Amino acid sequence: MLPFTIEKVRSVEAAIAAASSGRRLIAGGTTLIDLMRDEVEQPQQLVDINALPLSEIRVDRSDLVIGALARMADVAAHPDVQRLHPMVAESLIEGASPQLRNMASIGGNLLQRVRCPYFRMLDAACNKRSPLSGCAALGGLNAGHAILGTSDHCVATHPSDVAVTLVALDATMRVVGPKGERTFLVEELFRLPGDTPHLEHTLLPGELIVEVRVPGGPVGRRGRYLKVRDRASYEFALVSAAAALDVADGVIRGARLAVGGVGTRPWRMRAVESALIGKVPDRKVFEAAARLALEGALPLSGNRYKLELLPRTIVRAFEMTGGIA
Amino acid sequence: MAVVPQVAAQSTSEGSPSAPTARVRLAVNGVRHELDLDTRQSLLDVLREDLGLTGTKKGCNQGACGACTILLNGRRVVSCLTLAAMHDGATVETIEGLEKNGELHPLQSAFVEHDGLQCGFCTPGQIMSAVGCIAEGHAGSPDDIRFWMSGNICRCGAYPGIVAAVADAAKRV
Repeated sequence: MLPFTIEKVRSVEAAIAAASSGRRLIAGGTTLIDLMRDEVEQPQQLVDINALPLSEIRVDRSDLVIGALARMADVAAHPDVQRLHPMVAESLIEGASPQLRNMASIGGNLLQRVRCPYFRMLDAACNKRSPLSGCAALGGLNAGHAILGTSDHCVATHPSDVAVTLVALDATMRVVGPKGERTFLVEELFRLPGDTPHLEHTLLPGELIVEVRVPGGPVGRRGRYLKVRDRASYEFALVSAAAALDVADGVIRGARLAVGGVGTRPWRMRAVESALIGKVPDRKVFEAAARLALEGALPLSGNRYKLELLPRTIVRAFEMTGGIA
Repeated sequence: MAVVPQVAAQSTSEGSPSAPTARVRLAVNGVRHELDLDTRQSLLDVLREDLGLTGTKKGCNQGACGACTILLNGRRVVSCLTLAAMHDGATVETIEGLEKNGELHPLQSAFVEHDGLQCGFCTPGQIMSAVGCIAEGHAGSPDDIRFWMSGNICRCGAYPGIVAAVADAAKRV
């Protein structure tokens, strides 16, 4: 690890000023410290933002509002989260380990960096770590990589579980920066790699995530998060699905679906959602809709299995929602 | 509590004379320490190398194995993935602090009784994680224990004994 200074800030204004001057913010640190140790990340000045008053979890009208510094474990265990949006809690508990969930913040979870092994290997080609150096995953080990949203420059998946659920539920995020505050969809935080995979998100210089807001409503209450992986817990997703249905009088009135483990960002599946509206929920309907998930999918040498696993995971997730009347 | 002043340690793996330092106060197993630390030192390195508490193990040093699990302000965390300089004023409990007046903690006894180990390298992390697991209310069934202890890897595969030990201790603490 290279030397760095660290200071603590106690106000959002001070954090913005520090970030604007190029210093690096640190919250839970579970991604950043790991990457600094490998010298993939080399910040010279860290700013500890853990003392900021951004850990609150509250209900505003029917919306769930989660402070950016709330820890994954605390969000997952919160009674309002479990009541209003059980799939948010479920996707948090399916991620990382109990120890890491006690450490990692929601804001940091969204900004966590990819788990592609070549990104972490300083002597491997990686356009994300070292622009224009190439992508070792294209001709290398890529069983865990993406089939949607990839480019010739990067095929790494976004590793977050809860981000998949937040994208499915149209969650928004509030950020503050030197030019004031903005609110936008969590989905809009994530960039596609294109030919600039080193640019991962749409935050402007000096901007700080303040809170995430998950809209209330009947859909979220019946949502489920299904994560398929190589072992039963504490592993990243091969494929995951955040699925929710609003069924009235035996007919699907609303559907939400986003998937993880297959996209270069959390991937909303609007074509699948549309195909479900007005239908009577059953396995055949789910299977027909799930086939639309493969539109534009480009498998790599090691991950063709995801073409089969993705629609199956979607079908199972919708079945788990209890949407079958 | 006793206050044990310490000087900047140059012997640690990350230490170098010119690197930035930070003053950090920690209460570890009921003993207060004031330390001048290299900002790069993880909480794990400080416990092992500055305070001589080598019960907490360094396994993967990347947050994947759980061998370095401690309680930080009462919550289980992996001490390898957090900087000591971020925890001025914190309370830390390690495996060395579990025994009270010569009596093993119920989890320690249960690990002995149920053969919850072979080589023993992961055991301090397993036990500290189990303290957290039981306190969180996640030790209600063997399935619960398997899931909520999954952040601790045992390469010897002593899992059946570990699950039995945690289940047994959960009834006693």
